[in-house]
Amino acid sequence: MIQNKKYEAIVIGTSIGGLHAISTLLEEIPANYPLPIIIVQHRSKTPRDLLEEILQIKTKVKVKQADEKEEIENGVVYIAPPDYHLLIENNKTFSLTVDELDSFSRPSINVLFESAASVYKEKLIGIILTGANNDGSQGVQAIYKNNGLVIVQDPDEAKCCIMPIAAINTKAVNHILTLPKIQKFLLKITD
Amino acid sequence: MDFIKMNFDTKELKEMLESIRYVYGYDFTDYAEASVKRRVLHFMNSKKIEALTDLGKMIFADEKLFEELVQTMSVTVTEMFRDPIFYKSLRENVMKRLATYPFIKIWIAGCATGEEIYSIAILLKEEGLLNRSVIYATDINQKSLQIAKEGVYAVENMKSHIANYQKSGGIESFSEYYKSKYNSVMFDKSLKQNIVFSPHNLAVDKSFNEFQLIICRNVLIYFNQQLQNKVINLFHESLCPFGFLGLGSKESLLFSDKRKEFEEIDKREKIFIKKISDSK
Ligand SMILES: C[S@@+](CC[C@H](N)C(=O)[O-])C[C@H]1O[C@@H](n2cnc3c(N)ncnc32)[C@H](O)[C@@H]1O
Repeated sequence: MIQNKKYEAIVIGTSIGGLHAISTLLEEIPANYPLPIIIVQHRSKTPRDLLEEILQIKTKVKVKQADEKEEIENGVVYIAPPDYHLLIENNKTFSLTVDELDSFSRPSINVLFESAASVYKEKLIGIILTGANNDGSQGVQAIYKNNGLVIVQDPDEAKCCIMPIAAINTKAVNHILTLPKIQKFLLKITD
Repeated sequence: MDFIKMNFDTKELKEMLESIRYVYGYDFTDYAEASVKRRVLHFMNSKKIEALTDLGKMIFADEKLFEELVQTMSVTVTEMFRDPIFYKSLRENVMKRLATYPFIKIWIAGCATGEEIYSIAILLKEEGLLNRSVIYATDINQKSLQIAKEGVYAVENMKSHIANYQKSGGIESFSEYYKSKYNSVMFDKSLKQNIVFSPHNLAVDKSFNEFQLIICRNVLIYFNQQLQNKVINLFHESLCPFGFLGLGSKESLLFSDKRKEFEEIDKREKIFIKKISDSK
């Protein structure tokens, strides 16, 4: 399934069970990973939930909260801040908004995926992991229609299958994989 | 959101924003693009307008429709004591110094539907400063200013407002500040007496007074770097020496050429104080 087209970014969306799933994916990612990894994990509003710090312990690649107008760099994992939507500008910088909730969520996976799709087009990989609502299902369609690659965690394996199933039901999905397989895939595409 | 439409040409969008500026005087040209795009698409979807060129023709033929677009463009999502720790920091680091002024002028820029204004008024009241303060509350969104002026809010949000109030260090009984009626609450007249509501567009309008405290939260994130810089300059010009500036929790002075003329007094909560300039 490896194609030789070059990818420029990876976006990941998840809610319940996400911390464990993301940690697993990031475990083997080297510090000099050649793509940025941009993540929306549904999280509570409390500013001190330590999500970034906890993930940093699990991986060698740099993890940080995305800042507004920050330039997106390869080899960095960016996490959407609590209570803000994360968007990507054409010049590959971040924007934040406090727009209405999307799918009961802020940050919302749809908002990130849709804006990433319009910037990175076919050079984007979108991944939906375990989660408890259907946020992301519009986002994966945006990526798919732009010829990006959509991967969904195998619902049988996911801690909460609602989000993966909602994404799969859109039919805008290229691969349904278990976490170990997604992990391998992420390492292989950069060879 | 229907994605097919998501791919309209950025150049086309820019041209439309230019025309809006020219015809209506509203300047969205220096707003952060990704969110403008999203708002415009949102509007087009809700109105079943298929192409950006159609939208262009329609808003220039129909001013009412344009005003609806302005409503969609300005996101007025807000709450009372949003980020309670910010308010706690105001209580601890700013109020005492404000108390040294015989007369206190405060500007809340981008006040949306006013929840922030009443939060500040409550803080001032609890510090015994309200009756010698004037709050200037401004926004470009006239509809939301009207709501702010009325000070009537849905009762279902009060629970979270009260929780925020308590996290901000509030120890009074919050229900003293409003009256409930049917499904809404109305804030007390005593809180409203010294508030001036007025439309003001940060992108085009000038400074109009000198203030001891300016609060502008979650507005700058919608602007590009140039406009952020311009607005921070406007604030700098509108603050008295040692005046305070409070921004949103993800905002900063990073893109402002005035950043060295402010000192951070609370780094996390984005509260700054204007230094006195050496040149004078
Ligand atoms: C997301 S709300 C923030 C409300 C409140 N300050 C808070 O933090 O909860 C942004 C507000 O900025 C206003 N706004 C947007 N552009 C503006 C401009 N150019 N000048 C003044 N206000 C503007 C919008 O109308 C909206 O009410």
